[in-house]
Formats: sequence, C-alpha cells, structure tokens
Amino acid sequence: MGLHHRKPMNNTFTQFENFGHSLKAPSYCLHPTTSGEIHEIFHLAKKTGLTVNARGGGRSYNDAALNGGGILLDMSAMNQFLEWDPASGRVRCEPGVTLEQLWKKVLPDGWWPPVASGTMFTTLGGCLAANIHGKNNFRMGPIGEHVVEFTALLPTGAEVACSPKKNGDLYYSMISGLGMLGIFTSITMQMKKMHSGLLEVHAWPTRTLKDHLTSLEDGAPHYDYIVGWLDTINTIGHGQIHAANYLHEGEDPEAQKTIRLSYQHLPDRLFGVMPKSLLHYFLTPFANNPGWGLVNQAKYIASLRRSVFRESHAAFHFLLDYVPLWELSYGRGGLIQHQSFLPKETALHAWTEMLALAKKQGLPSYLGVTKRHRPDKFLLTHAVDGFSLALDFKVTDGNRARLHRLLQEYDRIVLANGGRFYFAKNSETSPETARTFLGEETIAKFRKLKKRCDPNGLLESDLFRRVFGG
Amino acid sequence: MSDLPKPIDQIQGKPAFATPLTPRRRAILVGSSRGIGAALARKLAGEGYILALLDRNAELLQAVSDEINRTYNETRAMSYAHDVTDYDSVPALLRRVIADLGGLDLFVYIAGVIYFPDINEFNFEEDRKMVEVNLLGGMAWLSQIASLFQSMKGGQIVGISSVAGDRGRVGNPGYNTSKAGLTCYLEALRNRLTRHGVQVITVKPGFVKTEMIKDVQRTPFAVTAEQAAEGIWNAIRRRKQVVYISGIWRWIMLTIQHIPSVVFRRMSF
Repeated sequence: MGLHHRKPMNNTFTQFENFGHSLKAPSYCLHPTTSGEIHEIFHLAKKTGLTVNARGGGRSYNDAALNGGGILLDMSAMNQFLEWDPASGRVRCEPGVTLEQLWKKVLPDGWWPPVASGTMFTTLGGCLAANIHGKNNFRMGPIGEHVVEFTALLPTGAEVACSPKKNGDLYYSMISGLGMLGIFTSITMQMKKMHSGLLEVHAWPTRTLKDHLTSLEDGAPHYDYIVGWLDTINTIGHGQIHAANYLHEGEDPEAQKTIRLSYQHLPDRLFGVMPKSLLHYFLTPFANNPGWGLVNQAKYIASLRRSVFRESHAAFHFLLDYVPLWELSYGRGGLIQHQSFLPKETALHAWTEMLALAKKQGLPSYLGVTKRHRPDKFLLTHAVDGFSLALDFKVTDGNRARLHRLLQEYDRIVLANGGRFYFAKNSETSPETARTFLGEETIAKFRKLKKRCDPNGLLESDLFRRVFGG
Repeated sequence: MSDLPKPIDQIQGKPAFATPLTPRRRAILVGSSRGIGAALARKLAGEGYILALLDRNAELLQAVSDEINRTYNETRAMSYAHDVTDYDSVPALLRRVIADLGGLDLFVYIAGVIYFPDINEFNFEEDRKMVEVNLLGGMAWLSQIASLFQSMKGGQIVGISSVAGDRGRVGNPGYNTSKAGLTCYLEALRNRLTRHGVQVITVKPGFVKTEMIKDVQRTPFAVTAEQAAEGIWNAIRRRKQVVYISGIWRWIMLTIQHIPSVVFRRMSF
C-alpha cells in the first residue's frame, strides 16, 4: 500500500541515523508490505539506477542500515506472525517482527527466544543479517543456528527457501550476509522452552582483567548466560560478572505468575515518579570523562557484594532499553562502539594493551562489556573461541581525530592477536582490516554469491560500500 | 594506506566514505569549471568535502576534478557535464549525483553568464541567455534542491547572485534583471525553508577577477576568485544569510539603493 504513494521520483528524502546518532544519510524511504512489493522496488531501482537496502529497527551502531542517496526499505510494515505452535515452540513470521513482539508472543506459552540482543527493538530480519549473538553465545551460538528455515527474495526476482539442508550455501551466507544477497521475506525459528519467567542471576566483582577473563571462562560452563561489565576509566580490571541460569521445572513456585507479560514489564518510571523517557536528559551532565568515571566507580563499589537474585527475562536481557533514548545523552557527536573478538589465548594481552592505550591518551570508554564466545559456521562470522569486549566512546568535534587514530591502533592490535570484528557494531573497520580477518577466500566466496544473487548490484548499504567497496 | 600517489584512473573511483570519526560533508557545485566555482571547489575539497562538480565545459571541469583528486590522493571530486538550460534533465541528474555522493549537505549555484550591451542597445537574445542561465537554470536546480532539503529537514543552499541585482541601472538591464530575480528567489527560499531547518545564503560579489570581467575597464574593489571562495566558505561556516564580497560592497550598495530615482535616472552609472 505504501509503495505507490511514495515513488523515489517525488524528491522526498528521509534523513536516517545510526543507533549511536553519529552518522546521517538521506534516503528515499519505501514501506513494502509483501514480497511482491519488494520485487517491484527492485524493478524501480534498476530503472532509476538507484540501490536498495533494507532497514529493520535501525539499532546498528554503524552504517549497516543506511543507504545514503539510495532507496531504504522500512521493513516495519512486514511484521506479521504467520504461524505459532505453542506445542513445539516453532514460530514463522515476517522479517519486520521485532524481538519485543516475538518474546511477548511466545513467553505466555512458556517459550523464550533462544538468542536475544541487548535491545528488544531489533527486527528478526536485521538480527539474521548481522547474525546477532546474546549473552549465551558460548552455549547457543548466534541467532542463525536457531533458524529452521527462511525465505528470501533475491534481486534476480527469485524467491528462495533456505535451511541448513536446502540451499545450504545461501543459508550460511545470507545469515550474516548484511542484507546484501537478498531480502528475508519469512523466518522460521525454534524457541527455547521456559519453566519460569525468572532467571537466577549470580553477580560477583572482579579486580583485575585476568581475574575477569578467568571468571568468564570458568563460569561459562556452569551458566546459561554470562556477561561482564568492565570499568575502563578508573582501575582497569575492576568489573562485575553477571551469570544467569534458567529455572528448571518446579524451581519457581509462582511460575504461572512470573511468566505473564505484566511481570516482565520494564518499569516506565524511576522510583515510581520520574518518567524514564526524560532520564536521558539527566545522564547528559555525566557524559564526560570525570562524570562517567564517578558513575563507574559508584557502580563498582555497589558491585563488591556478591549476590544471587532472581530477575525477569526482560530485565536481564534488555539492559539497553532501561533508559529510553540513552544514546542521546552522548550529545551532538553521538557515540560509536568498538567491539573486538579475541581468542581466549590472546585476549588478556591484547586488551591490556588496548585499555592502557585509551587511558594514556585520555580517551576512556564509558562502557565496557565482555562476553564469552564460540565459533560458528556462518560465512561472515565474527565469532571466535574466546571473548569479546565492546567499548562505547563518546564522539565530539574535539576528540574525533584522536579517537580515529586510537581505533586504528586497536584494529591493528586485534588483527595481530588473531581477533575479529562484528559488522553490526564497528563503524571504522576498513576494507583492509575486513580482508585480513575474513580472509581472501571468504571475501571471494561472498563476492561470488553476491554476483549470483544480485548480478546488477541493486543491494547496497553504506556499510557494504565502505567495507566491500561497492 | 600507501602515501604514494595513485594513478588518476584509480583515484576516479567511488568517493571516499564517511564514518563517525571521519565525517565527510557532500556538496554539489553547479558551474565550477572556472572562476569562482573552480576556486570554491578547491577550497571545499581542502576542507574535506566530497564534491560533485557540474559544468557545460566538460574538459575544463575534468581538469579541475583531476587536480583536486591528485592533490588529496583520493576521490574528493566527481565531474558531470551539464548545461543548466537543459532544465528537464535536472531531476534525473540530481538523483544520480546524490546517489554517487551518498547524501547531500550543501548545494551551490554559481553558473552565470554576462553580455555587455552598448549604452543605447537592447539585445533580447543576449538578455534571454542571461536570464536562462543566471535565473531559470538556478530555479530549475534550486526548486529540486529546496524540496529535497525540506524533506531532509536540513542542508545549506548557496546562490551566487551579484551586487548587480540590487538596482536596475543604465549599463546592463538584462544582467541586472537576471541577478535581481535570483536574489529575490533565494530570499523567498530562505523564507520558506528556514522553518524546515534549511539555511539559504545569498552571495553578492562585486568585481571578481575572472574571465567574466576581462573586458571591463574599471573594476574597483576587485578580488581574486580565491578571495571570493574564501568569503563564501566563511559564509557557509558561519551560516550567514546575505554576504557581499568584498564586504565594502554592502555599504556601497546600501548607498546606491538609497539614491532617489530622480537623481539615479540622470546618472550614467
């Protein structure tokens, strides 16, 4: 319906941003509702010489969901559930369904998405394109491993159905393929059975980086989820581990109650008074080096007491949604994230060097998050048998050039230590860096598939042009 | 990245990409093979802009963009042959240019021609050409740009008008009219677009030492094209509304605008 009213001919651009508000790109925005309409858009693109990119929740920290000067498909109208079987936990839906829609649909029947990102506003199409991971990557792998089947429309006009067995090459490349091979039209996924709306969370502090990584590595086998927070401003290595387990049948006497949506609700007021939608304004004064140092110090002191508590799934998973629009508190220049994935043997060495470098240059990261990972079989994979460290940096006119040099140095250190990067996060990855960690062979394979699925090069994003040279 | 200069055909590829830490503003310059346009292109390239250069003189234009790309050893300028009086080609060309640039932050209309009639001569053919290039070509582009920027809720528009548009004088009625029309159109755009977050700058140069005035005998307060480009860059940076180049023309034109008609029509100026 939306398609015919807004042809790219009518000179109407929409300005899009990345999640960190550090990039802007105008695009002709179209709102397809069916695969037939996406097909029409491919025709239109070919006729007008424009490129097409699909945008889901727009939660990528970089340029994955942008297409400056081209057509951007707002996939949010394709957000219908097609099938849900509460007996088997299998769901089939359109790609614009968000993680929020998904867990709210399946939890009351006793299921939970097997893999979840830190925000629930991502769409499944976007999750598959980036092949996201959660705090259980070491156990459950990336989201792609739980996709039973998907259908996708290729720019050639063919609609393909892919599973590990059928069209396996497309299955393993379109998941992680950044939306550059085709556009998902339906996704079938297996949910994970739950016996409670709660998780049992264990929290303990770490005093050194070595201690921190050991905690992650040794803790992982005993938990369903594990995630670390690192204070990278005050004392490097000060941090906290949060590990959580599902509750087994019978462990939650009030399971019938906790599994209800009302129980999972993130409160929208702080202390019952202040609307959280205003909270980001109050963070702004802290979004500087001394301010955030103070916040981190306070957080560390609060974390010194070991604790075990029960927490709802939503509260444990969707930390990024606690403070709506928190990313605005970083100010005009926005923020960027640098996430590096390092083998467990070299992680300590590399991150010690990297964090010391940031401290020395006065460019501390305001938020450091660590996770435990394992490798997977997807083509453009970012996973390693090791750990990841995600660092948020505030961007200002004054620190841009220095931060750029710092991150170039980071990329060099990560590559030298056999590390990898994640295409949903890093905004500064150069083509050379991508070539090094993906390997020539992988890139050649990706290009070959690209040529086969998209011979006219209709699918392009700002990220694709940046990393793969268009 | 290697510091060795790349061969020109390698530099003429896709433009350098923007990242949060290496932001790139993008600009279209219509009329940029010579004079103020070429000087402004060099200036903006030096400020890190990615440029789409348009002009009907394809050869000169290519030379300007080659020179810029060689200087910075990366693609900062792309050139497109275009005659501004080919009004119907504007929408499709604009679409292609913005797709190549990957966005748009600044649009500058510089294209202009001048003919010098004798004091007793009326030459409609020449007047028509001046109006077609200086005014109608500008409106063909600016109307498209205005609606794009309005929908984007941002952007900067610069129109190079002239002090000649401030008053109808005996010397060159056609040129006066074309520039007065452009000045008025830009003012109307400013009034329409400011509320949408779009900024419109009217630049009114006096004499600028370019080919346009090579036959003019007396050129008081003349500046070089580079000085003019510097002035325009300052206006862009400081988000000015109306600038005279050089600044003294503001006071000269203020005076001229206030000369009563009863005196002005007897003057030979």
